Amino acid sequence: MIKNRIVLAAALTAAAVSTVNAASRDYISVVGSSTVYPFATVVAENFGKTTAFKTPKIESTGSGGGLKLFCAGVGVEHPDITNASRRIKSSEVEKCASNGVMDIVEVKVGYDGIVMANAKSAEQIKLTRRDVFLALAKQVPNPKGGEDLVENPYKTWKQVNAALPDMDIEVLGPPPTSGTRDAFVELAMEGGCKTFDFIKAMKKKDKKAYKGICHTIREDGAFIEAGENDNLIVQKLESNPKAIGIFGFSFLDQNSDKVQGSSVDGIAPTFEAIADGSYPVSRPLYFYVKKAHVGKIPGIQEYLAEFTSDKAWGDEGYLVDKGMIPMPNQERNQFAADVKGLNVLKLTK
Amino acid sequence: MSKSEQQQARTIDRVNTTLAQRYGRERRFRRFGFFAVVLGLAFVGVMFLSIIGKGYSAFQQTRILLDIEFTESVIDPSGERDPAVLSSANYSALIKNSLRALYPEVKDRKEKRELYGIVSNGAALILRAKVMADPTLLGSQAQLWLPADDDIDMLVKGYIDRTVVQSERRVKDNVIAWIEKLESEQKIGKFFNTTFLTGGDSREPELAGIGGAVMGSLYTLIVTLLLSFPIGVAAAVYLEEFAPRNRWTDLVEVNINNLAAVPSIVFGLLGLAVFINFFGLPRSAPLVGGMVLTLMTLPTIIIASRAALKAVPPSIREAALGVGASKMQTVFHHVLPLSMPGMLTGTIIGMAQALGETAPLLMIGMVAFIVDIPGSAMDPATVLPVQIFLWADSPERAFLEKTSAAIMVLLGFLIVMNVLAVILRKRFERRW
Repeated sequence: MIKNRIVLAAALTAAAVSTVNAASRDYISVVGSSTVYPFATVVAENFGKTTAFKTPKIESTGSGGGLKLFCAGVGVEHPDITNASRRIKSSEVEKCASNGVMDIVEVKVGYDGIVMANAKSAEQIKLTRRDVFLALAKQVPNPKGGEDLVENPYKTWKQVNAALPDMDIEVLGPPPTSGTRDAFVELAMEGGCKTFDFIKAMKKKDKKAYKGICHTIREDGAFIEAGENDNLIVQKLESNPKAIGIFGFSFLDQNSDKVQGSSVDGIAPTFEAIADGSYPVSRPLYFYVKKAHVGKIPGIQEYLAEFTSDKAWGDEGYLVDKGMIPMPNQERNQFAADVKGLNVLKLTK
Repeated sequence: MSKSEQQQARTIDRVNTTLAQRYGRERRFRRFGFFAVVLGLAFVGVMFLSIIGKGYSAFQQTRILLDIEFTESVIDPSGERDPAVLSSANYSALIKNSLRALYPEVKDRKEKRELYGIVSNGAALILRAKVMADPTLLGSQAQLWLPADDDIDMLVKGYIDRTVVQSERRVKDNVIAWIEKLESEQKIGKFFNTTFLTGGDSREPELAGIGGAVMGSLYTLIVTLLLSFPIGVAAAVYLEEFAPRNRWTDLVEVNINNLAAVPSIVFGLLGLAVFINFFGLPRSAPLVGGMVLTLMTLPTIIIASRAALKAVPPSIREAALGVGASKMQTVFHHVLPLSMPGMLTGTIIGMAQALGETAPLLMIGMVAFIVDIPGSAMDPATVLPVQIFLWADSPERAFLEKTSAAIMVLLGFLIVMNVLAVILRKRFERRW
């Protein structure tokens, strides 16, 4: 009875509303990654202030969630742009195509570094990717030698590598839903995992088992899922100098008086090292544009022009002030040209 | 001594032997209860202290006093006062000129950039608004207090330690020297931060405000109230006064009680599936948010309203029926007015719950960056708790105080609503 009434009321309102609304939308709708969110919002705000268009609406849904919404179809009720902290997958391109989203323009924005950091009051740590893998994987190669795997026995960093301090392994990191976690696992853990030849050999034979070893983080309490909020991790590090935290470079940049980044494979996580690609744990950031919406929704081309202008993503642009690492000049020019011509993405793989 | 007297004496003896123990038990229980209250209050106190301690400074804004010359050749070279030209002119050049005049020794390009950075990006917009409102300003000179950049704001408020090594803080030595010069000339001041209360969201902490989120919350709550109050009261009246008692009404009652305990995220998923995917309503609109929160608050309102109806004594209904009123007249003329205070209390508590809700709004796209202040229930909007969530996740240090200040505002609203509920109950509720 009550449910009937609710549905009836909802249906009446919906009917009244959808006739008004379905016709048009005068602002750009952006969804996607929470990592790209801080950068996309700055561009959107500047775009809204300096042009006659409305400020785009930007939702933080995560890369996967954003692509799902983006690929749901063409029309004003679907978003125009999705941000992603990883490249679109071929399965997602197919999903898009099956819903009529054929032409997608890919724009690489810049890079983001993932840092491992601890409190300023503690000793700075020099890690290698191999150390990271051995300290955090669920299963590691037997420390006594041989080509078999055992449950991770390491309790302190010193046990992992004699050069590291005698400190309990206590790492605060993002949960599995986070794009930062995906990238960390792929770049740092797998990077270290590959240094063991017998595991590397497995990649060809049994890809699934290989991924299971390299991508699974231990669950015995040494790795603590500290939630998506990077600010919280920074605060926890400050109060616990023994812990190491994993978060995005922009948070290290903003809190350089409280935390220090650990070097990975001998490279410190600095702006320059991430920009030239020598810091190993960094990833590209993207956004994807629905070509069918260009011209239908006002301002998309102008928004793209703002995003790809030198004052935004250039070496001294305002995105750099917000902690984004710009691409090298040549790559930037190429993407800017692609955006201008609205060149459509073709996945080679 | 008779036998019965002997027995009585023995009873009082037995009472006396355990009396101290019983008093002791009572004292311990009282102390335990008192301790529980003190502990609860202490937690609330710590929470308030930490939030207010972190947040109060957000209500102040650091501003810098600058001599601005409204140079006509920069703003309106043609002299025609065309609004389009005035609107798109380069107002930041005026600020840069003023800063250069203040620090003529700064020559290096990189240092100049740092110098321009001490004033907020929003300052140029303030100048633009001034000139658009009064074009006669052009050619004149004025001393204006313009908002400082968020890093400078943090420095002046003492959140950045000036004594640590330069490489470990965001504000460099040369900038601190400039600021200290301004401070000694009393050209830096703290003012009440109206931007924080009236502005929309921004990625620049000094320009960010809760105005947009408050309006979003307002529209959402209006929709929620308009839908949930009539539906909830009607459902309660029907169930309590008219419905036959049978298995179906029992089932409905069990369902309503169950719905009250369903996690709110479930309503968000339902809203996404029904309102957005099926009916095609826009994402991020307060209308959809209000409808989802209606689903969530309905059980609360129905249960409270039924309790209020039950509290009206049957004699009132019987008296009304006895003088010839119809069932409907009885309900609308007598029962409903008497139970209204209880219903309103339930509604206000339900609304307060809805005001603080974030989880269901995640699913329907109200967790979004929205700069423009919504003008209707159809415009994209966020609500206060979502704004708090978004700011808490921002890297800029200055958003920390903004987050706490927004929590203070939200708590203020909640306290007002709950006090209103208590007052309503005290003033109007009748007991029989």
